[in-house]
Amino acid sequence: MDKPFALELDGLVVRYGKGCPLCTDSAQALQRNRCPRCGSIWAVRDISLRVREGEILGVVGESGSGKSTLMRALYLDSQPTAGGYYLGRYHDGKTNIYSISLQQRKYIRSHLLGMVYQNPHLGLRMFFSAGANVAEKLIAAGNRNVRSMMNRTGTLLEHIEVPLGRLKEPPVNFSGGMQQRLQIAKAVANNPPVLLLDEVTTGLDLSVQARVLDLVKRIQREFGVTMIVVSHDLAVVRMLAGRTVVMLDGRIIEQGITDQILEDPRHIYTQTLVNSLL
Amino acid sequence: MKNYNFAFLDESSKRAVRRALLKAVAIPGYQVPFGSRELPIGRGWGTGGIQITLSIIGKKDILKVIDQGSDDSVNAISIRSFVRAATGVRTTTDSQEATLIQTRHRIPEIPLRGDQILVLQVPLPEPLRMVEPLESVTKRMHAEMDYAPIWLALYENIVRSGDIELGADYPVMVENRYIMMPSPIPRFDNPKLHKSPALHLFGAGREKKIYALPPYTDVRSLCFEDYPFRVEDMSGRVCRLCGAKDVFMDEFFDPASGKRLYQCSDSGYCEKRKENQPRG
Ligand SMILES: Nc1ncnc2c1ncn2[C@@H]1O[C@H](COP(=O)(O)OP(=O)(O)OP(=O)(O)O)[C@@H](O)[C@H]1O
Ligand SMILES: [Mg+2]
Ligand SMILES: [Zn+2]
Repeated sequence: MDKPFALELDGLVVRYGKGCPLCTDSAQALQRNRCPRCGSIWAVRDISLRVREGEILGVVGESGSGKSTLMRALYLDSQPTAGGYYLGRYHDGKTNIYSISLQQRKYIRSHLLGMVYQNPHLGLRMFFSAGANVAEKLIAAGNRNVRSMMNRTGTLLEHIEVPLGRLKEPPVNFSGGMQQRLQIAKAVANNPPVLLLDEVTTGLDLSVQARVLDLVKRIQREFGVTMIVVSHDLAVVRMLAGRTVVMLDGRIIEQGITDQILEDPRHIYTQTLVNSLL
Repeated sequence: MKNYNFAFLDESSKRAVRRALLKAVAIPGYQVPFGSRELPIGRGWGTGGIQITLSIIGKKDILKVIDQGSDDSVNAISIRSFVRAATGVRTTTDSQEATLIQTRHRIPEIPLRGDQILVLQVPLPEPLRMVEPLESVTKRMHAEMDYAPIWLALYENIVRSGDIELGADYPVMVENRYIMMPSPIPRFDNPKLHKSPALHLFGAGREKKIYALPPYTDVRSLCFEDYPFRVEDMSGRVCRLCGAKDVFMDEFFDPASGKRLYQCSDSGYCEKRKENQPRG
């Protein structure tokens, strides 16, 4: 039973808005994810997950199903409404990360997690240089040596195939694909054991998508990083993830081996999703 | 000024300032909000510093007022005469004689002692303002020690221009906890703050903030391992009035000779050296 896990989530709930007796007492009262009485959005409802070390887990679901909210909760951007969150590399997975101090969370964010945001404006400082954007992660982890940080950012930019000449340029000048690759470089700067990728290829040309996916696969192969990959493109998930969960209105409605889910979806919603997107 | 209380402010206002000061001393480098009063002095004339001075001054104190090193600027003279009129205390230009020194933009050259208090006038107390405009956010960032954006700004500066280009008001880390603005003193004066035996009090009137460095506080100017902090280079500069070296100098251009001339910025220090020199 006690297989080593990289990440475990136990009953995560994220509500936007204050909530009221109606929606707090009965989930049936909600219209989709919204409370008809107080208007609160229950963006994530009682999600539990377990991801093994080195595994890539896919998360799919229609727009508004709560994927990005889940990812931001995993990256500790805000305090969720309820839930337990455990990382294998933090206190052997015995401490609920949502209950620890902000200082400890900062440590986890800079050393144990990397994140690529769906919206690059959330993940990058658009008017700082590309180099400084990557260095921010190193600085957050306590590095105070300019030369070593410049070397590291240079290596990372080479890895993501951004010409070194553009190191001093701000990402606001970059193409969408280059911004996503820069986010990846930033996310992996401290070699975190867990990587969170939210729609890393969405909106990119097919050829650019292929390069970004190659990069992700290379990182997984070379460093054995555990990943959670969100996409509403099932092809992306099929290519990367061995196991997939399907979200609807903030809940997981189906999960299993990716190929099985795509070939033999049980839930009617998943069937629609597969039919519409493949 | 007979109708006024000793030191102009009423006792309850002074107590409120002193309570803020006590909290500031208890948490070195932390900005404590206080209810800044109106004073019969223009804004931007150091009302934060004056309120501190008025709230802690006693009849036996000997006061010195410095403005950019000088005792004789209009600003320094008017603050000095205001406090003297409101308290009757003795004033001096000799930093070693003073028990209480209010200053703008300089720290005296002669190291301060444990029985002296330096009050610094602060225009912009928030070191995080350059990276974050919202007060509610900077407050949270201090609480979480979320200082990466400041370091990032310094790093970016080096990446783009090869060095940290900040001049006066160069931020410091206090007791490895709070990043603090030392007020617009030259970088030359930053090292004087580190483990000084004197109590340093900082007042920002417009922004309604008070902060403090109690005696022997650890104060380090921000720098990277391979880009050490550097003060302004004063090497080769000699004061034309007293012959001093290795102190902070003001620079003049002498049109007659076409030469640069230097003079101690700390006028009290310069005066004292001249007095102690044999007249020739
Ligand atoms: N800050 C917010 N305040 C209020 N509601 C929000 C907020 N952020 C998201 N929501 C709502 O929460 C729900 C989940 O949004 P989320 O962005 O997590 O969905 P998603 O699955 O990532 O969608 P997409 O595929 O479009 O990216 C949606 O109903 C959304 O409108
Ligand atoms: Mg999303
Ligand atoms: Zn409700």
